[in-house]
Amino acid sequence: MNNWKNFTKGFIKENPVLIMLLGCCPTLGTTTSAINGLSMGLATTFVLVCSNIVISLIKNLIPDKVRIPSYIVVIASFVTVIDLLMQAYLPGIYETLGLFIPLIVVNCIVLGRAEAFASKNGVWASCVDGLGMGLGYALALMILGAVREILGSLSIFGWQFIQADGILVFVLAPGAFFGLAYFIAVVRRFNK
Amino acid sequence: MAENRLAIAMSPHVHSNESVKKIMYSVVIALLPAFCVSVYFFGLNAIRVTLISIVACMAVEWLIQKFLLKGKTTIFDGSAIVTGMLLAFNVPANLDWWIIVIGAIVAIGIAKMTFGGLGNNPFNPAIVGRVFLLISFPSQMTTWPTPQPIWDIKALDAVTGPTPLGLLNEGQMVDYNYMDMFIGNMGGSLGEMSAIALLIGGIFLLIRKVITWHIPVAVLGTMAAFSAILWGVDPTKYADPLFHILAGGALLGAIYMATDMVTSPMTGKGMLVYGVGIGIITILIRTWGSYPEGMSFAILIMNALVPLINNWCKPKRFGEVVKPPKEEVKK
Repeated sequence: MNNWKNFTKGFIKENPVLIMLLGCCPTLGTTTSAINGLSMGLATTFVLVCSNIVISLIKNLIPDKVRIPSYIVVIASFVTVIDLLMQAYLPGIYETLGLFIPLIVVNCIVLGRAEAFASKNGVWASCVDGLGMGLGYALALMILGAVREILGSLSIFGWQFIQADGILVFVLAPGAFFGLAYFIAVVRRFNK
Repeated sequence: MAENRLAIAMSPHVHSNESVKKIMYSVVIALLPAFCVSVYFFGLNAIRVTLISIVACMAVEWLIQKFLLKGKTTIFDGSAIVTGMLLAFNVPANLDWWIIVIGAIVAIGIAKMTFGGLGNNPFNPAIVGRVFLLISFPSQMTTWPTPQPIWDIKALDAVTGPTPLGLLNEGQMVDYNYMDMFIGNMGGSLGEMSAIALLIGGIFLLIRKVITWHIPVAVLGTMAAFSAILWGVDPTKYADPLFHILAGGALLGAIYMATDMVTSPMTGKGMLVYGVGIGIITILIRTWGSYPEGMSFAILIMNALVPLINNWCKPKRFGEVVKPPKEEVKK
């Protein structure tokens, strides 16, 4: 089944952040804890699936010359949807993620999948592709967030397992770079 | 077939007797006076911290070379020992052992071996380790034990005191006895306090030609000049040049850390640019930054610029500059 391949390639083989190095800005910025990473990943997944579906539906209507602005309009509408939804139902996470939710509009993964996949494939395939890519992204963000949370604040999903201060640098920006770099190195090592 | 007697090799063809081992052990010897002073003031704690740091650095390097790279191990070339000693000299003498081990893992594992080992690391490993610890464990890394002569039995480990730069950062102008600062009787990291011991080691390194004069002179000269300007503007608010040079890690950084062969520029001109940059950034951080001491940050920032400096300060190749031909004397 081709669809199964479309779905699973996003996890390891073509993982957006670990292999293609797309969407590094939210990866570095939001993975201070496992919850934050996971919710950012899921928000991106929602936008990715919806925009992939819509773009593959209207791909024949869009003139080639203005396709990027058209994609951005589609993506931006779904980002607004998830932005308002999170503000209404998940105010805590919305507060922590802050600016990174609106910034999904310019996330390279979403635009990249629209350009590389949804504009050339059917609705069902695009939907599966978006879901696989999005969940692969969410998984990578969650693992990176969990590692940073364990090392930085000695807790996991908000549960403090040792009452002490962790290695503070992992909660700060340099720790994100260290963590992502070694994460990518490990994945590349086993993905040969 | 005749034996090929013609050995072809790249220039330079003149070999000196130097080796990584010799250079590194010279640095170790140069660090010994400062180590003795720290043992005098901090007692067994100084020995404990230094030993843990050296052993941890060598162990991390051995583990990575043995099990990750599966190559030959080079832990006895002395570079891990120097890194370990410098890392120990940059932390308070009462630091917990596991924090030192984390520092060693970061220094050797992240800052050195990740980039390909000795000779390939863009940043000074010991400083990366120290800055990592400083950001990660701010309270442990800024609790300085007060120096006590070793026979002063009643003094306990728990006595801690401020550093001159810490007080300055809080806006207090302190009248420090410069003689005390010169000998090393002030709060601070393990090996950075004693100016005289560090200078003796520096002179030894200069004589052994392990370092050249460019970087230390540029760093300390710039710091003195910059702080002299500030001091001249308002002596009540800014500290005087001598204070800045004697306090904190200025001498340790300028003589031992900034001069690291791997992470400093190659030409004399480049070294001067590099040193001036370190001096300016250090005083900027000390005067207006939120951290009391900026030496390690300054060295790291300038380490990042070293490839650029090397590019700017390329020496002219022989024959590249053509003298304008003399005008022929008309008769």
